[in-house]
Amino acid sequence: MSDNILNIALADDDEDDRMLFSEAINEIEIRTKLSLFNHGQELMDYLTLPNVVLPNLIFLDLNMPIKNGQQCLMEIRNNPKLKDLCVAIYSTSSSEKDIEETFLNGANIYVNKPNNFSKLREVVEKVLQLNWQYHTSNLNKETFLFRI
Amino acid sequence: MTLFVKYDLDLLCKTLLKEQLDAQDISYSLGSLGEIHIEGKLSPEKQENLTAALKKYGIDILSKQKVSLIDRIKNAIDDYLRNEDFRTEKLSTYLSNKLHYSYAHLSTFFSENTYMSVENYTILKKIDLAKELICNTNLTLTEIAFRLDYSSVAHLSRQFKKTTGLTPSVFQSIMNKKKN
Repeated sequence: MSDNILNIALADDDEDDRMLFSEAINEIEIRTKLSLFNHGQELMDYLTLPNVVLPNLIFLDLNMPIKNGQQCLMEIRNNPKLKDLCVAIYSTSSSEKDIEETFLNGANIYVNKPNNFSKLREVVEKVLQLNWQYHTSNLNKETFLFRI
Repeated sequence: MTLFVKYDLDLLCKTLLKEQLDAQDISYSLGSLGEIHIEGKLSPEKQENLTAALKKYGIDILSKQKVSLIDRIKNAIDDYLRNEDFRTEKLSTYLSNKLHYSYAHLSTFFSENTYMSVENYTILKKIDLAKELICNTNLTLTEIAFRLDYSSVAHLSRQFKKTTGLTPSVFQSIMNKKKN
C-alpha cells in the first residue's frame, strides 16, 4: 500500500458531527491525517498561516456561525494560493438551489450528511477515492464535479 | 468580450512535443502512452535543453523508476478508451498484451495501490471523457454514447448519474453557468 498520507480538513460547528466524521475516517483503509475546525473563520485563519501544509481535501459544512461554508468556499477560490484545493461541501441541505450555488462557487464535491454511521463511512471513503484519483491520474480538474 | 474555445488535449500535447523536439533538432517518433522514441542517444546538453523547454509547459521527463506500473496501466486505459480501433479486443486482453503481465496480476496490483479496481477506474475515466465531450464539443449525448462504446444513451446516462450523482443535463447546465 502506498505510503502517502492524505491531509484532510473538516470545518463543522457541530461537535457530534465532527466526532462521527473522525471515527468514520479512521475506519477507512486510506491513511489520513485529519484537522478539525469549529467554524469557517478558524479554518480560513489556519489556511492563510505562512508556511502552512495545505490539506489535500477540505470538507466544509454550509451552516456555521461567524463564517459559513459558502463564504469560505468563495474566499478559497479567490485566493491564488488556495484556489486549486479540492473542496467537498458536507451539509444536511439537499436543496437543489444550495447544491447548484456551491458548484457555481467552485465546489468539487457535494456530500449530503448521511443519517447513519455505516453510510457515512461509505460516502467518506468514496470522496477520498475520488480525490485520490484526481490527484494521481490524468483526469480533467475543470470538470471535477460530483454529488454523493 | 469573451471568446470560448474548445480543445483536444491529446492533439495539443502531441503538437507541442513535436514543435519542441523539432526546435532542438532531434530525430524522434512519438509512441502511444506518452512515449517519445529517440534515434540514438541524446547528448546531455540537448537533454537538458529539452527538459527545460518542456518544463515550461508542465511536462516532465520521467526517470525510468518513476514510470510506475500504475501510470502505465492508467495510460494504457486512457489510450484504449480514446481509440475506437482497440475495441475489437476486451480491455483485459488489451492491457495484458500491452504491458506483458497477466490481467490478474495487473488488476490486483492496481487495486492494492490506488484504492480502486481497474474496472471502477475505467468507468471514472470514461465518465471523465464524457464530461470533456459534453463541455467542449457539440456532440449529442447519443453520439457521445456511441463514441465511448456504450450500448445505448440510456446506459451512458445511468452510469453518468451513478458515478457523478448528477444527470448529464444538470451537469451541462452547471458547466454552462460556470462559464458565464
